[in-house]
Amino acid sequence: MADVVLRGVSKAFGATVAVDAMDLSVPDGAFVVLLGPTGAGKTTTLRLIAGLERPDSGEISIGGRSVVSDTPAERNVAMVFQQYSLYPHLTVRQNLAFPLQSPLLRTPPDVIERRIREVAEVLRIAHKLDNKATALSGGEMQRVSIGRALVRKPQVFLMDEPLSSLDAKLRADLRIELKRIQADLGATVIYVTHDQIEAMTMATHVGVLDAGRLVQFGTPRAIYEAPVSLTVAQRLGQPRINTLPATLFGQAPAGAAFIGLRPEHIRQDAADGREARVTRVEHLGDQTRLHLVVDGHPVVTLADPHTPLLPGATLRIAPNDPLFFAADGTRIA
Amino acid sequence: MNHSVTEPSRLQKWCAGILVVGYALVTIMPLAWIIATGFKSPGDAIAYPPKLIYEPTLEGYVNLFTTRSRATPETLAQLGPPETWYDAIVRQYDMVISGPSRYGERFVNSVIIGFGSTFLSIFLGTLAAYAFSRFKVPLKDDLMFFILSTRMMPPIAVAIPIFLMFRQLGLSDTHLGMILLYTAVNLSLSVWLLKGFIDEIPVEYEEAALIDGYTRFQAFYKVVLPQATTGIASTAIFCLIFAWNEYAFAVLLTSGTAQTAPPFIPTIIGVGKDWPAVAAGATLFLVPVMVFTILLRKHLLRGITFGAVRK
Repeated sequence: MADVVLRGVSKAFGATVAVDAMDLSVPDGAFVVLLGPTGAGKTTTLRLIAGLERPDSGEISIGGRSVVSDTPAERNVAMVFQQYSLYPHLTVRQNLAFPLQSPLLRTPPDVIERRIREVAEVLRIAHKLDNKATALSGGEMQRVSIGRALVRKPQVFLMDEPLSSLDAKLRADLRIELKRIQADLGATVIYVTHDQIEAMTMATHVGVLDAGRLVQFGTPRAIYEAPVSLTVAQRLGQPRINTLPATLFGQAPAGAAFIGLRPEHIRQDAADGREARVTRVEHLGDQTRLHLVVDGHPVVTLADPHTPLLPGATLRIAPNDPLFFAADGTRIA
Repeated sequence: MNHSVTEPSRLQKWCAGILVVGYALVTIMPLAWIIATGFKSPGDAIAYPPKLIYEPTLEGYVNLFTTRSRATPETLAQLGPPETWYDAIVRQYDMVISGPSRYGERFVNSVIIGFGSTFLSIFLGTLAAYAFSRFKVPLKDDLMFFILSTRMMPPIAVAIPIFLMFRQLGLSDTHLGMILLYTAVNLSLSVWLLKGFIDEIPVEYEEAALIDGYTRFQAFYKVVLPQATTGIASTAIFCLIFAWNEYAFAVLLTSGTAQTAPPFIPTIIGVGKDWPAVAAGATLFLVPVMVFTILLRKHLLRGITFGAVRK
């Protein structure tokens, strides 16, 4: 396994800048999750590291060696594509064997068979090994495509939303399984997702991308608790952070335009707080969401599952550990 | 998906059935006529009204493959009874077989030139189509249009320059010359058709193969080619049919060594109005294209490439 370093990497497609002077250091054995809105450059970043795209400028190194002029094969990375990309003319077994039979690895047949068995077991596709790749459900295809990466021992695993089309149960299981495999192998993984549970539970580091730039890089906890900007703060947290005028609850630091309140950072029994009216109570099972209106601004917070509050009720709320942002979204306190 | 197609009524089914059978009969008629004529005697072949019931004979085929000469009754008497069944057929007309005809050679020429140029058209066409489909080729659209434009006039329009060029280069009446010529004519078709097929193969498969440790060429060979078989098979059939049936250039550029079957078959007719031999020659000439098409038939079924990439 190896570390991955991007220095000043840019990539444009015509007039669209997909990745803009990106600096990113992924330590050896790290599980880095890239988060960001659609079009932020997450997938392009993976493709640049894989060698499927050539950067317009900048330096990419894997394991301390510059790989900018290397072919994807020479970089020895494994990638799970968002679109699966299984070879349709091959069976599941042949798909899984394909990387091992490459001129790069030339694995002996008995080792190939053993690796396929192991991976198929983990991904629960052992009973589908002799199916054509096209005769699988979406979830099965996705698992085979994960398997095609896992059979190898590459320098880096690149995964582009690998769990996106699995059902909730399988997704939860594979999340744990992938994390276990990564920990066992000490593998370096760069992982793109929209799912914040994946980001929070699997990542050792989270990188937040916006408009082709790396906005913040740190532990999931640091990103959640100390976001550098409003956009970063909005990426993590379910329900989303409440963004309100800075002075809604009184004093605000100089220059602050917005106050950011995580749902769990709202006190509901504050005698000194602002009056809030309940508009909706959502029982989601694992959490109960309280939709409030404060001075015309919607606010979402969490409540006790057995809350007696009903729509129309009023309560007084006050911030607890608020975040303050300037008008351009940068955090100032 | 919601299909709002209703089941056709009984009457509609019958009408469709009759239409299909009728069309099939019309199409198969000339073919059946040629095959039937090949087994007629020369007299039956020109009988009027045409004979649907007749005594089949292999005379046409014997005449196709042999040259014969008329013999005097004395010579025939000296020869004794015919030794083989084809001898016997010829003797009915006071003839003896003097040797094999050139049909065999011409047929072999057709096979060499037809399949040779088809192979070359597909080989070059696939590589060019792949490059045009996947790489940033400067002036790509102009080049593609130029390639297509070579097909915009009938090839025979350039017969005279080609005739002179071939004479200069010593390509006249050679297998190589005809293979090159037919390849040149077919290449525009094969590049365009194959590019269409390769465009439809998602580039993600090759990217996956590149990541899996294969070179660009290995990815092409192991991942793209197997999925392009449908396109390659149908393009090959088109190329073969053109090269196989081509008549005008064959008449113009070949005579002795490299003559193909199409210019040869009409010469069989000779003075004797030997229609059965011509029909026999045409019948046998149909076989290779038919066999080729049937062999490639299973590759013509679409649908293998779709389904393992999420759109």
